[in-house]
Formats: sequence, C-alpha cells, structure tokens
Amino acid sequence: MSDLLYSETEDELRSAVRSLLTDRCEAAQVIARAETDQPHDHDLWKTLAADMGLAGLLIPESLGGQGATHREVAVVLEELGRFVAPVPYLTSAVIATETLLGCGSAAADELLTALASGRSIGVLALPLSTAPSSSYAEVAEADGKLTGRVGAVADATAADVLLVSTASGLYAVDTTADGVRITPQTPLDLTRPLATVTLESAPGRLVGADASAAVRRGLTAGAALLASEQLGLADWCLTETVAYLKTRKQFNRSVGSFQSLKHRLAELWLETVHARAAARNAADALAAGSDEAPLAAALAQAYCAPVAVHAAEEALQLHGGIGMTWEHPIHLYLKRAKSDSIALGAAGAHQGTVAELVDLQAP
Amino acid sequence: MTDATELATRTRELLAAYPPATTSREDFLKARFDAGLAWVHYPEGLGGLAAPRSLQAVVDAELEAAGAPDNDPRRIGIGLGMAAPTVLAFGTDEQKERFLGPLWRGEEVWCQLFSEPGAGSDLAALGTRAVRDGDDWIVTGQKVWTSNAHNARWAILIARTDPDLPKHRGITYFVCDMTDPGVEVRPLRQITGEAEFNEVFLTDVRIPDAHRLGEVGDGWKVAQTTLMNERVAIGGMRLPREGGMIGPISATWRERPELRTRDLHQRLVKLWIEAEVARLSGERLRQQLVAGHPGPEGSGMKLTFARLNQEISGLEVELLGDEGLLYDDWTMRRPDIVDFVGRDAGYRYLRSKGNSIEGGTSEVLLNIVAERVLGLPSEPRTDKDVAWKDLAR
Repeated sequence: MSDLLYSETEDELRSAVRSLLTDRCEAAQVIARAETDQPHDHDLWKTLAADMGLAGLLIPESLGGQGATHREVAVVLEELGRFVAPVPYLTSAVIATETLLGCGSAAADELLTALASGRSIGVLALPLSTAPSSSYAEVAEADGKLTGRVGAVADATAADVLLVSTASGLYAVDTTADGVRITPQTPLDLTRPLATVTLESAPGRLVGADASAAVRRGLTAGAALLASEQLGLADWCLTETVAYLKTRKQFNRSVGSFQSLKHRLAELWLETVHARAAARNAADALAAGSDEAPLAAALAQAYCAPVAVHAAEEALQLHGGIGMTWEHPIHLYLKRAKSDSIALGAAGAHQGTVAELVDLQAP
Repeated sequence: MTDATELATRTRELLAAYPPATTSREDFLKARFDAGLAWVHYPEGLGGLAAPRSLQAVVDAELEAAGAPDNDPRRIGIGLGMAAPTVLAFGTDEQKERFLGPLWRGEEVWCQLFSEPGAGSDLAALGTRAVRDGDDWIVTGQKVWTSNAHNARWAILIARTDPDLPKHRGITYFVCDMTDPGVEVRPLRQITGEAEFNEVFLTDVRIPDAHRLGEVGDGWKVAQTTLMNERVAIGGMRLPREGGMIGPISATWRERPELRTRDLHQRLVKLWIEAEVARLSGERLRQQLVAGHPGPEGSGMKLTFARLNQEISGLEVELLGDEGLLYDDWTMRRPDIVDFVGRDAGYRYLRSKGNSIEGGTSEVLLNIVAERVLGLPSEPRTDKDVAWKDLAR
C-alpha cells in the first residue's frame, strides 16, 4: 500500500516554497503581470528553479539534479497551485524533464543537466490538452530539419528548448534557431501562457529514438502531478472562502452561519480530503516506479480535475459580487482550474483509461 | 508499561494453561479476561493490563494463530463499542465489576435506548421520563431503532429527570434491565422487509439508583462518550480494492456483457473512481491514526460512504434490467448480523437508504464538519435556554 502522508522533509519543503511565494507571488502582482508582455515571472522562476534547486528535483545527482522523487515535486506543485504562480514548473521541471528521462541518451542527459540548473527551460511541443493515452499529430522530419505547426503549447514563450515528437524520434529544437516561430495566443488562463509553435525546416538534435514512449512517460507524470496542483488550488479556494464567510455579514449575521452555505463548504472540504488521497497516491506510485502508476495517474486526474473546477466555481459564487471582479484573485483560480481540467486530457479521457486498466470494458 | 514482547509471552502462557483444543469456549474466554488479555488498554482486574490500545493486535494475532475462540464481537458490538467505554469512564467500581466481564465474554448482550420517535437528530430533546421513587427510578417512554433489544440483557438508557431545565441539562444516564416486566420489545419492520431494529416501550420500568451512570443531570455528557466511541468504531475499517458496494456491480459488469450500455458504463466508471478514491482516503486516515496524527478527515468519511452506497446500488438495480424488477425475499426476518453488501441488488439499494440516516444524518454531519472542522459559526439557536417542557413539539 502506498504511503499517503507527507514526510517531515516534504513538510519542510512546503514551508520553504510557501514562504517564498507568500513574499514574491502576491495575488495583486500576479493579476497585474498577467496583462503585460512578460506574463511569466522570470525572477521568481530563477529563485525557485536555480537558487532553491527545485527544477532538478526529478533529475539524478549525477546530472546535477537533486535526485528527489515525485512526492517532493507534488508538494511543490500544491504550493504553486495555491498561488497560481506564473512559472513553467509543470511544463519544464515535470513534463519535459520526465520525457527526457525516458530517452536515456547522451543528448537527453546533456539537456537534463541544463534543465536541472534552472538556467534552461524546456517545453514539450504538444497541445496542453494532450492526454497520456491520446494520439497526436507528429511534426515532419527530414535530414534533421523539422517542419510543422503545433498550437496551445504551454509556456512555449518562456522556453529555451522545445522537445518535438516526430515519426523518427524525439528532437530538441532551440527556440532561437532559424525556422522557429513562437506566436503567443490569448489563453483562458493568463497565468499559464499558450503559444503556437511553427517550425519551418528548423534544425533539431535527436534526443530519443522512441518518441512515443518518452512522451507518454512525460505526459503520465504530468497528469499524475497536475493533480497536486489542482489540490493546492482547491485548498486555496476552500480556505479563502471559509475565511471570507466568517467575516462577511448580511441579515445581521455572519454569512457563514447559513446552513445552505455551510453544507456547500463542508461538501467541498470533503472533496479536498478525497483529492488529497488521490493526488498523494499518484505521486507515491510514480516515486515508487509502481506498475500501478498509470492507473493512479488516471484516477487522480479523473477525480481532482473536477474538484478544482468545483472549488473555484463555489468560491466565486459564495463570494458574491466581489468574486466577479477583476480585482479579486478568484478569477485566476477559476481560469487555471478550468484550463487544468482540459490539460493533459479531460476527465473523460482519464475515465476511459481507468476503465481499461481495471477491466470495466465499454459495450 | 506492558510492551509487545511481554504481551506475547502472557498470551502464550494463557494458551499453554488453557489449550483451545481441550478448553470450552466459556472457560477460555473467562481465563483470557482474568489474564488481562481481553482488552489490554482496560485496567487490571477488568480484563486489561492498562497497556496501549494498539498492542491489542499483538494478543489477537497470537490467539488467532492458535485457533483460540473469540467473543464473537459482531454479535455484541453495542456492548463492546458503546456500553463498555461508558461504564469504564463513568461507572462505580461495583458497576465496572458487575458489568464488564459478562459484557466482554458475550454472556450478556447489550442494546442502546437513545433515539425516540420525537428525538432523532435532536436527541437531546428526548422525552422518556425517569422519576425518583425511593432508591429507584420509575421510567416511562418509548425508544426506537434499537438493534438487538430482543436479545439484550441490559440497555444503556438516557431519560429525562428534570423537565424544567433546558434540554441538555435535565437528562440522566442509566443501565436498564431488559428483563423488567415493564419493558416491551416489538420488532420494527423496515423497507427491506426485515427487522434489524426494535421499538421498545417502557412502562413504569423500575431502575435502582445503583444502576445510574454518572451524576443526575449529567446524562448528556455521559452520552457523548458513548457516541464518540461509536464514531471511532466506524472509522477503523480497512478495505481491499472493490471491497465495498462497488464489488458486486463490477463483478456483474465483467460477467454479463449483455447488460452493458454506454450510459451505464460512464456512470459505473465514475462511481468506481469515486469508490476507489474514498477507499484511499480511508487508508490515508488509517495511516494518520497509526502515525499518531489523527486528522479531522474521519468526520466526513461516513458522508461519502452513504452517498456512494446509495448511488452504486441504485445503478446496480438499473443495470440488472428485468432482474432489477425482482426482489429476493420480502419475508419478515430478524437478522443477527447485518451485512450492507449481502443479499441482492434490490436489498442493497433499499438498505443503503438508511446509511445517510443512521449514526447521524448526512445533513447533521455536514453541520458538524462545517462547525467543528471549518470553524463556521452555528446557526442562531432558540432552544438553548428554554426549559425542555416549553420546547415546540
């Protein structure tokens, strides 16, 4: 049975990340940054990734990483979700990193070393909506030159290197190379910027022969750990709403004393209790290299994605009018939660995976 | 302090002195109780050794390996889980000495006379009256939802001793003799056709004051101990995957492809996921308890299990189609042990309706979570300072 608790080390890591984000990732700043031409917080990323060494948690020490596990990464993601932090952690330190770890080549190791230091940001050039189980369009490759177009690539504008899946393998493409065009899109979730990547005979380096296996590994880890981001996000929504309803007065009483609202918050609390068990189970299964990791990932994503959306929607409704304003941060959480519910496969895709893995066959 | 090694040694000594193969069940249980190996966290002389509760597992493992008889805990759950901790916490030395041994050995079955037709969620509003008469109390009233009343020798009972006080303050806690001629037990038939529970009519039942637990007027406080122990008992379950209500429907789905439709598939998979996540939550709760950090999560688990049991069994009836139109047997029966997952889908569907009512309705549990876990304010109350006799009813 998996270990579903948090270790002392994990608690310490959480405190460190939370205290950094409390200082450096205030909601008002995140809202203000969202509409600038620098939607990513590069200074915050540098502190997290390089100074605290969190970009290399999954990377072995021999490649300059921390040699930690998915359990610690999950704790970092809970906190990043709690602050809707605009940093490319999920994309670079989880999905791209895990994809490269699945390649097992010298070229991949070289890239991993760069990612571990936090000086380089890597992004898998697939639409953010791609599920571990889904098929996707591959980019054409000829003599090491790549040509194709991929939309809704998360954090591409912040990336130094793109990982591109082709029929002949996984290629790395520097974003500064000739023939690479990255065009920002207008995302629903302003804290996780999206872009269209256009490659026209862009030069690529082969980093893995079996692109689909490596990509599946990257996306499975991404889906499993996204659940922790969703948990952190849901937890913020619950905590913030409970605190608000204790102070908000209407009809000469605290709004939080109305039973209809209390029941909604109690239900939401219960959902976060379950989400925590599902997210911890997924992180632990990945860390242990368990055969059940794909099931744990699908289970966590199928459960936690709707919980995060529900939490943000309840937070908005229960805050009343203030929740509808641009000034209040709830909209950041709603937009992140909704876009997370599509990211790495919608709940339906993960339900399908669960059904297959536990032998509940469709008609 | 008694440690695991010492307990294992004492258990092996008990087994050597009273080999299960050649000792009667009664004698073995008596010897086990006297050796302090019945419930090791109880005091010496009352079936225990004042050892940590977690060490009971050491004793149980030794006994199980040796094939020793047990006290059939499922048959005497109310005695073990609710009456005993209350007697231990509030009983006099004479009461503990008199009641705990026969209770633990299963020689005397216990039941609980708490709920009334007019006092369900608002248990403190109960109206069964106890009036002092010399050294006795004369008790008159009606209790309901009493499991095992027809087998019980004793009952834990709460009754109103002062109607002029606000409801929580005028209650006293008693041990009631179920063989008193004023006690009438009638089966209460449920929607499943069977009668797990009883109605109990109390007419001038005489209870000696020596059978009062706690002070006069302290009954509500004493009852909290009973009810808290009920919740602890519910929290400790450990299930394998598909161990609960989701098991039978998943098996049917796999065995009978002809029943499958797209709509049913979507709903089943969604419920399977929720059931598995609920199971993991239960496991997480257990790990917290083992690590010595019990969280508030336990308060919510019953809510989830009630909802899932109802939704899953409802889907199962629908999945079965023509067979879902049938029911195995409406014959009135009085089961000794209730298995929510037993019998057929129709039974499961009907029985699980009780899961969101028994042991605290889901609505009351949501209030408890909101107030005690989330710290939200309670609703304005109009009953706190009003004499019980003046409450609306």
